[in-house]
Amino acid sequence: MAAGFKTVEPLEYYRRFLKENCRPDGRELGEFRTTTVNIGSIGTADGSSLVKLGNTTVICGIKAEFGAPPTDAPDKGYVVPNVDLSPLCSWRFRSGPPGEEAQVASQFIADVIENSQVIQKEDLCISPGKLAWVLYCDLICLNHDGNILDACTFALLAALKNVQLPEVTVNEETALAEVNLKKKSYLNIRTHPIATSFAVFDDTLLIVDPTEEEENLATGTLTVVMDEEGKLCCLHKPGGSGLTGAKLQDCMSRAVTRHKEVKKLMDEVFKSMKPK
Amino acid sequence: MERVMQTETKIRAESGIESGPRGPGCSLRNFACEQNLLSRPDGSASFLQGDTSVLAGVYGPAEVKVSKEIFNKATLEVTLRPKIGLPGVAEKSRERLIRNTCEAVVLGALHPRTSITVVLQVVSDAGSLLACCLNAACMALVDAGVPMRALFCGVTCALDSDGTLLLDPTAKQEKEARAVLTFALDSVERKLLMSTTKGLYSDAELQQCLAAAQAASQHVFRFYRESLQRRYSKS
Repeated sequence: MAAGFKTVEPLEYYRRFLKENCRPDGRELGEFRTTTVNIGSIGTADGSSLVKLGNTTVICGIKAEFGAPPTDAPDKGYVVPNVDLSPLCSWRFRSGPPGEEAQVASQFIADVIENSQVIQKEDLCISPGKLAWVLYCDLICLNHDGNILDACTFALLAALKNVQLPEVTVNEETALAEVNLKKKSYLNIRTHPIATSFAVFDDTLLIVDPTEEEENLATGTLTVVMDEEGKLCCLHKPGGSGLTGAKLQDCMSRAVTRHKEVKKLMDEVFKSMKPK
Repeated sequence: MERVMQTETKIRAESGIESGPRGPGCSLRNFACEQNLLSRPDGSASFLQGDTSVLAGVYGPAEVKVSKEIFNKATLEVTLRPKIGLPGVAEKSRERLIRNTCEAVVLGALHPRTSITVVLQVVSDAGSLLACCLNAACMALVDAGVPMRALFCGVTCALDSDGTLLLDPTAKQEKEARAVLTFALDSVERKLLMSTTKGLYSDAELQQCLAAAQAASQHVFRFYRESLQRRYSKS
């Protein structure tokens, strides 16, 4: 009977739960789904991670290749993110060129990398003006159950921490690069940007970590990306119902607690990994 | 023949308070707005902020493809064309921001199974581009007669390295700034409809920029009202 009501009047069904300050899956309004992360599962990639936020699953693989540095910044390398939302993850997507949601997500991840300065692009330079590393970060969504942006940022961060780049020397005589695969070093990760997403319901209620159904019923979304010093890298609110300054403050404080939870999880995972 | 109204207003934000390194003693650039300049779209507007200029055209409510129709409200589409080159991923991202902002204010429920298309063309970019696009879109929607719950405006704030707030930055100021924040605010309660930011900043700075943007939005809304009054009072 409840399933029938849910199909006919999904918003009313939801409101019944929100009135009791909880959601159909039993979570509270400010509670995240179970987050799990797995590092280094892709052997052929230079760095990889798999993040699960409840049912939402995103895998990130990073490949490092050589490239010429940009002419206007000869001492910098590149980081090229790409989010792929394939028909595998949700019925909403068709195969072919990336749709709007994938492009928006890719742009969001590119902005987060740029704004938070998670890695210094100067670290990726091998020989100024001639050779630099290009990190291709592919984020593939395997299962879309809402809150893609949080999962993608976390997957990217975990994969970046897992990347090991071999030492490269440029031979003066032949001008060729010599790669020493035996000597690898980790990237210097300067900050840890963690994203927290909220959905706005009925212009007033804010719920954290929306599932796909909740995202469809919501009147607006908000994503806050924060680093460990409480600095904001990104406040992404693509339209939707209006928010007052006070509500934004609540979101900030929730983002701070979420950052601590995620950082703890990531530190545990990296500590438990056996050094190669 | 519709007379073309051009209104120019120089706006200065009140700075009665002694402006320290974080004081909002800053001004918005000259505004100019021209409506109904294109004959084919149902509504059109050109919005100028200093040297930044955006032309917007609105078609709607019009026929919608069956695949895109929504049974109980209008389908809003936004196309943003850059000045040079083909539209890329950054344009798609901005289109999504503008579209969601318009969806929050346009009363789509009054025109179900129709489409409202907003087309924006960047004529010149001298800083605060997204805010100018939002303002142009709002004026064009008003010109087209699309029913809206409220008006909205875009305001850009830049924070430079020592924390000084700059409203409506030029391209040079944006490049040198530590953080650039763009907000879309609605006219009824000055609530935050849309926000997109670039760079690193603290929570306190965010609240400060938001307050400054809310104060500046008052000037923008007054400008809207004046330009519309001038347009309709003489015809």
